[in-house]
Amino acid sequence: MTDSKITVRFFARLREELGTEHLDLNLPEGSTVADVQTELASRGGTWAQLTGSQPVLAAVNQAMAKPATPVRPGDEVAFFPPVTGG
Amino acid sequence: MISIQQADFDVAAEYAALRDTDPSAGAIATFSGLVRDSGDLSGVTGLFLEHYPGMTEQVIQGLIDEASSRWDVRRVRVIHRVGALALSDQIVFVGVSSAHRGDAFAACQFIMDALKTSAPFWKKEQTDQGEHWVEQKASDVERTDAWT
Repeated sequence: MTDSKITVRFFARLREELGTEHLDLNLPEGSTVADVQTELASRGGTWAQLTGSQPVLAAVNQAMAKPATPVRPGDEVAFFPPVTGG
Repeated sequence: MISIQQADFDVAAEYAALRDTDPSAGAIATFSGLVRDSGDLSGVTGLFLEHYPGMTEQVIQGLIDEASSRWDVRRVRVIHRVGALALSDQIVFVGVSSAHRGDAFAACQFIMDALKTSAPFWKKEQTDQGEHWVEQKASDVERTDAWT
């Protein structure tokens, strides 16, 4: 099993509270968006909110994704709060 | 055409462009959204708008494509500003030309309603008491769901 390296981006309130705009992550092959969330939430502290009660939306390669969406090497995964434009 | 920009926009110029480019259009509907002094809290003094470059444009293009498949749409123009905005500043413009008014109204309102709940923009409100990220409104989600 090789690891897949992905880029994770954060926006708005999440970006501020995590103090991170983006990071690189190595995940086992066959990982999903939910696996990325669980891995990051296990860091504790403010990271725990990625699997907390507040809604967190996810995108893979700039398209909305679900927890079961697969993540492949080189993918760009993003997490953000519900959107409030317009 | 879609523009995500910090700069302000000129509704008259956008209207003229929609009008000039297609003689088959018999109607133009436009919407402008402005910074208001009460949002999640009262006493709002300004806004900061963040977006997800690339994904934002893709999502809005998807909304324009959907509008074009549901209604007789000739031209669509969407402008959304990002960065720091002051009270009464223009935030967003949606303009749609069509052969008839019904389709122009519907497509314009659909794009605007769906943009609010699906395009990755986030508003942070500034007030005298500090600043906070705006929460998504259930009423906005209901307005978008009503189109499905």
